Order: sequence, then structure tokens, then C-alpha cells
Amino acid sequence: MGTAAEGRNEHGEGPVAISGEAQRPGHIRIGIEDFRDEPLSGRRPLILSRNFSVYYGTAAAVRDASFDIPEKLVTAVIGPSGCGKSTFLRAINRMNDLIPRCRVEGGLSLDGQDLYSPQVDVVALRKTVGMVFQKPNPFPKSIFDNVAYGPRIHGMSDRGRLAEIVEHSLKRAALWDEVKDRLGDNALGLSGGQQQRLCIARAIAVEPKVLLMDEPASALDPRSTARIEELIAELRGEYTIVIVTHNMQQAARVSDLTAFFYEGSLIEFGETKQIFTKPRERQTEDYITGRFG
Amino acid sequence: MELKTRTMLDRSFTAVGILAIVLMALSLVVLLQPIFVRGAGAFVFRGTIEYRELRLELFGRGDAAKVKAEAALAEEARGPVYEMMEAFEDELGEMEPALRRELRGEYREVKDLIGDLLGPRPGESRPALIRGQFGRTRWDRTQATLHHILYREEYDHSDQSRMGVKILKPRSEIFAGTALEPLFGRLEADIERIMRPRWTVYWRFLFDESYDAHFFGGIWPEMLGTFYLAFGAMLFAVPLGIITAVYLAEYAGESGFVSLLRTCISSLAGVPSIVFGLFGLAFFINTVGVSSGKSVLAGSMTLALLVLPTVIRASEEAVLAVPRTYKEAAMSLGAGKWHTIVSVILPAAMPGILTSIIISLGRAAGETAPIIFTAAVSVGRPIAFWQALGQPSPALPWNIYNLATEHEAVDEIRHVQYGMVLTLVVMVLLLNLTAIIVRARISKKLRG
Ligand SMILES: Nc1ncnc2c1ncn2[C@@H]1O[C@H](COP(=O)(O)OP(=O)(O)OP(=O)(O)O)[C@@H](O)[C@H]1O
Ligand SMILES: [Mg+2]
Repeated sequence: MGTAAEGRNEHGEGPVAISGEAQRPGHIRIGIEDFRDEPLSGRRPLILSRNFSVYYGTAAAVRDASFDIPEKLVTAVIGPSGCGKSTFLRAINRMNDLIPRCRVEGGLSLDGQDLYSPQVDVVALRKTVGMVFQKPNPFPKSIFDNVAYGPRIHGMSDRGRLAEIVEHSLKRAALWDEVKDRLGDNALGLSGGQQQRLCIARAIAVEPKVLLMDEPASALDPRSTARIEELIAELRGEYTIVIVTHNMQQAARVSDLTAFFYEGSLIEFGETKQIFTKPRERQTEDYITGRFG
Repeated sequence: MELKTRTMLDRSFTAVGILAIVLMALSLVVLLQPIFVRGAGAFVFRGTIEYRELRLELFGRGDAAKVKAEAALAEEARGPVYEMMEAFEDELGEMEPALRRELRGEYREVKDLIGDLLGPRPGESRPALIRGQFGRTRWDRTQATLHHILYREEYDHSDQSRMGVKILKPRSEIFAGTALEPLFGRLEADIERIMRPRWTVYWRFLFDESYDAHFFGGIWPEMLGTFYLAFGAMLFAVPLGIITAVYLAEYAGESGFVSLLRTCISSLAGVPSIVFGLFGLAFFINTVGVSSGKSVLAGSMTLALLVLPTVIRASEEAVLAVPRTYKEAAMSLGAGKWHTIVSVILPAAMPGILTSIIISLGRAAGETAPIIFTAAVSVGRPIAFWQALGQPSPALPWNIYNLATEHEAVDEIRHVQYGMVLTLVVMVLLLNLTAIIVRARISKKLRG
């Protein structure tokens, strides 16, 4: 508990553990560049968080988080249970709007657009920012209708185009071969892992720029988890992916960058390799080595 | 608790539960058995030659040649009866005045009863009411009438301290020594040849028009009226109910006003149905003036009010029971609130909503009080559905009550009344069964 109190005192205000350069709008620069054997510098930051806080009533679930999520990479958000990971994630596509007593402070922007300015069209935003939930939640409709749901509500009605989109999305989600002969079957008849990939296909079908994944594999068995991880690796480079996970190995395997939250505060943000090999903060080290959390 | 006590408790609870279910099943059987047995009498019974003649004349059904031939045979068997009557009429003219006065009254009664039994005598002028044009069409009524002919009911009031005692006096004694005396024995012996009963299945009872205040024919006007009223009520109650339910569940939030509204809706469900009936008369007919008098439209609206609380409550429960995750998924794909409701929440809530609708349909079909003042008449022809806007109609529940209490010859149309009861009960049972099946099928579809 002592660690936790310290953490809050030291890092309670303002951005932490991010080099000065990284906070300049523009390009982020991270010291070690050999992770995944490709340079991460030069990536355009897509989501900018500036002293961003989320409150449920009066309690802050995310406090003063400042960091930049770069485009077309996989960013993992880790931290102990209740530290505000989901809250932060849901702030990006404004799903927190559904919670009556939830409000935000500070700045959060996507592609230069302030997400919480009154002009934002939430529907358009959610079209740009897809989301995959912890528990697979396909609609009780056919596989086809699940994937076609997004395009349909956005005005697509041409059957042929829809079929193309469905096929493409299912292929992207590595599910096509398993379901191509039974697109008319109820999606709830699929296995958990298939359902989760279906949800990913459903999210992809509206052609988002960003994919938010909140513990997408935590309800799945190891094989399905592996498939989801492979899928994330495939989608990397095409989508900006932000993934919440409790599984350290998973974060290390799939992500380029990692943000560590603790009790609502961002403790450290940096390249995954650096976070997992040479964390700058004690708390980060304690957490990833399993000393708490 | 000890294992033994726990086991004992478990066992006794199971026993009590089974007992309760058995008791309920028994009472259901006791309740339904007479309804089914008596109600079946409207559909399957022994019809006489009169029934077949009537069926041919009113509905044009049956083999005309056969019926004619059969009628001729019956006529032949009736010949002696009429001859005896004629002989007695001649005899009556020559009697002593005192005796004549006494027997004339007695004879008139017998003559009327024989008219009821056999229909008009050959050559007699045709009565205006259909019930006068035919004899008894059903064997059970034939026997009852025969009994009336054979015995006169008298009440013995000699003991003032008690109620009058019913005495059956054979009429053959009254007419002893006259030409009419052998008629009674003859009638009793020959009744099968005279009436020619035969087992008949009359499934068209449901779809035939009714004639002469239900003396003959079926219950189609009532069926149709019930159908209009019940579905008309749904026409108003379903959209209003679902919209209200969705509003309460998804938009209303938790203000004081909303909880007041909820309380009001719940209380509305407990208001006696006669109050709805009076309200319907006072509001829909007298104040708003949807029709100048009773009409199916006004009745439907009243019934709609009656079932509305049920539809709202059940639909709201169904909407609230839809997993949050569906809503979140739809929202995260960019669906607006309205879109989410229409494309995800309502379909998922459908089993619950449909069940409430079908059960309400049964309720609307069976309610009597709300339609007494707003829609129902005792006698009427089947109406076309556009006429429902301005015209009243007979309807099953009201006519069951009406036949039982206000009909001029209750005993003669009992079978119609029981037939209506059976029809209504079966209708409601079928609706509930449909509700169960629909629910199961949709839930299965939703579960995958
Ligand atoms: N709808 C809500 N209303 C009020 N408080 C909430 C709500 N949702 C979350 N919280 C609180 O906000 C804090 C952060 O919750 P959040 O769900 O973001 O945590 P998390 O990091 O995702 O945890 P987990 O790993 O268990 O999913 C918690 O203290 C939680 O109790
Ligand atoms: Mg979470």
C-alpha cells in the first residue's frame, strides 16, 4: 500500500514518465527503436491525451493522463484492476456518455479534433473508432447481419456491396473460412473465440481508423487467445489499435507501446520493450514482475 | 443444520410442491370438464328431422331429396297424432259446457306443446317467427318437450308450513276417457319414428349466422365481434404500449414524475373492468364522440385502455431485460439511440413483448364489463369490418351473459350458451398456447 501512496504523491499531477519530446505535438520520439525491428519514430500521433481526467460523480477514475497514441501501431494499456483502463478506453469513443454521472476534464483529441467539443458528432466518431468488448457480444442475429449491421445503419443497402464488405471483414478477422458456408446461422451458435473474431469483423466492417479492445481475449481459451493475438498482429499497420489487457505476456507480444496506469494515473508510457525490460518507474517494475496488481 | 434435517426439509418441500400442482391440475379438470362436455353439445348432438329440414331451408345444406323422403316418413308417423287431435276437437264441441270449459284450456296447452315439438300442422298457416316454423331440432330438447306433454307440473300447497311440492300429473289421466287419451302413449312409443334423431356434427356452429335470437344457427356474429374487439384493442394498445415501455425504459430516467407515472400505470392494472366500461361510455362515446352510440370502435378503445398497463409493464420488463452488451455493441458501431432501439433492443425484447400482446389479446377477447356500455348488443348480424367504426356488434362474453340471464327461452338455447363458453375458453387457451410457442421459438432463435 505504501507504494501506491507514494505513486500518487509523486505522479499525481501532470504527465509522468514520458520524455519531454514526446509531449510536443507532432512526432513522438522514443529512445529505443529496435523493438519489433522497425523504427517507431516518425509515426504520426493520432490520439492526444492532455491532462485528461474522467470522473464518476466526484471520484476520478482517470486522473490527468497525458500521452500520445501513435497511428497504426498497437498500444497496450495495462494496470491493476480498477485503475481506469476501461474508463480511459471508453473515453476515446465516448461510450462513457451512456453513464449518467460520468464527466471528463482536460483534452482528448483524435486526428486533431477535440473529442469532447460540442460540435463532435458522436455517431461519426464511433464510426471512426471501433470497439471490441471483453465478453464477445454478437447480436442475436445471423453472422451476415452481425457484420452488415454497421454498414447498414450507416446507409449501405446494396446487397452486393454488403456481401463484399461482409466477406472482406470476415477475412480480415480470420473467420471467413470457418463461417463462409453458414453466414445465415445465428451468431450465438459460434464458439466464444469465433464470436470474438466476429465482433472484430463487425467493428472492422465500418472501416474505422481506430480499434479499441477491452481485454478481448480474457474470456477465451488459450487457442482462441492465440488466434486473436495473431489477428491483432495482422491488423497492425492498418488500424490504430488500443488494447487493454491483464496479461503481461500478451501485452509484450502484441503491442508496440505500453501505457501503465495505476489508481487512475498514468505512471509510465513508452515502448513496450523498454517498459518490460527497463521500466523507469518502481511501480511499473513491481507490477510487471507481479509484485502487486 | 444437520444433514438429516436438511434432507427432511427438502423432501417435505418437494412433497408440498407436488401436492399443490396435483391440486391445481385437479381443480382445472373439475373446472374444464363440464365446459368441454356441455360445450361439445353445441357441435355434436342428435339432430331430428326438423333440424335437417331447417338446415336445408335456412342454409341450403343437405341432400334435398333425402330430407324430403325422410320428412314424408316422419309425417306418416305423425299422422295418427294429428288424427287423434282432430277427433278430440270434434268431441270437444259436443261436450257438456262445464267439462268443455275445463278441458279446452288443458287441450290448448297440449296443442301448443305439440306445436313446439312437431312444428306447424300440415296445412296450417306458417308462423312468422322461425321458431314457430320448425319443431324441436335437437333430441335432448325433444325429450324435454315430450316430458312436458306427458306430464303436467303441479304444485301442492296443502302444507302451508313448507314450500309447494312439485307433482307430476300424467296428462293421460286428465284426458281419460276422451279421444285424446291414447295420444300420449302413442307419442311416447313412436317418438323416434316421429322425430328421427340422428347423430350430427355441426362444426359450422362457429361460422353460421344466428337465427331467431339464437334458436337456430351458429355464433358467427359473436365470433366476428369478439375478433374485431380484441384485435381492435390491440391496434391501439400495442403501439401505445410499446412506445410507452421504450420511453420508460430507455428515455425517462428516474425523476419523481416518472415514478409517479409508473405507479399510475400499475394502479390502472388494478381498476375493476366495469369502471373501464363506464369510463369508455362517458369518455369515448359521450365526450369525444367517436361514434353516436355503442360501437366496436369505442369498445376496442376501452379494451385497449384495460390491457394497456399489462402491455406496458411486460414490454418494459422485456426491454430492460435485454443485455446491456447489445446496446453497447450497437452504440459502438455508431448507431444512434433510436436506431439501437429499433434494430437491436426491440428485436431482442420481442419474445416478452409478444407474450404480453397475446395474453392481452386473450384478456380483451374475454372481458365482458368494458363492452357492455360501449360495444355489445345481444342480437345482431355479422358486420363487415368497416362497419365496426360506427356499429355495435354481438360478442362472445357479453352474449354468454345475455343468453344466461335475459333470453326469453333460456332452456331452449342452453347448448348455444355452452357452445359459446367452450369457444371462448378454447380461444383463450389457444392464444395462450400460441404465446408459449411463439415465445419459445423466438427465444430459441435469439439464443442461436
Ligand atoms: N459506471 C460506473 N460508475 C461509477 N464508477 C465506476 C463506473 N465504472 C467504473 N467505475 C469506477 O471507476 C474506476 C475505474 O474503473 P474501470 O472499469 O475503468 O477499471 P479497469 O481498469 O478497467 O478495471 P478492470 O481491469 O477490472 O476492468 C473503478 O474504481 C470503478 O469502480
Ligand atoms: Mg476494465
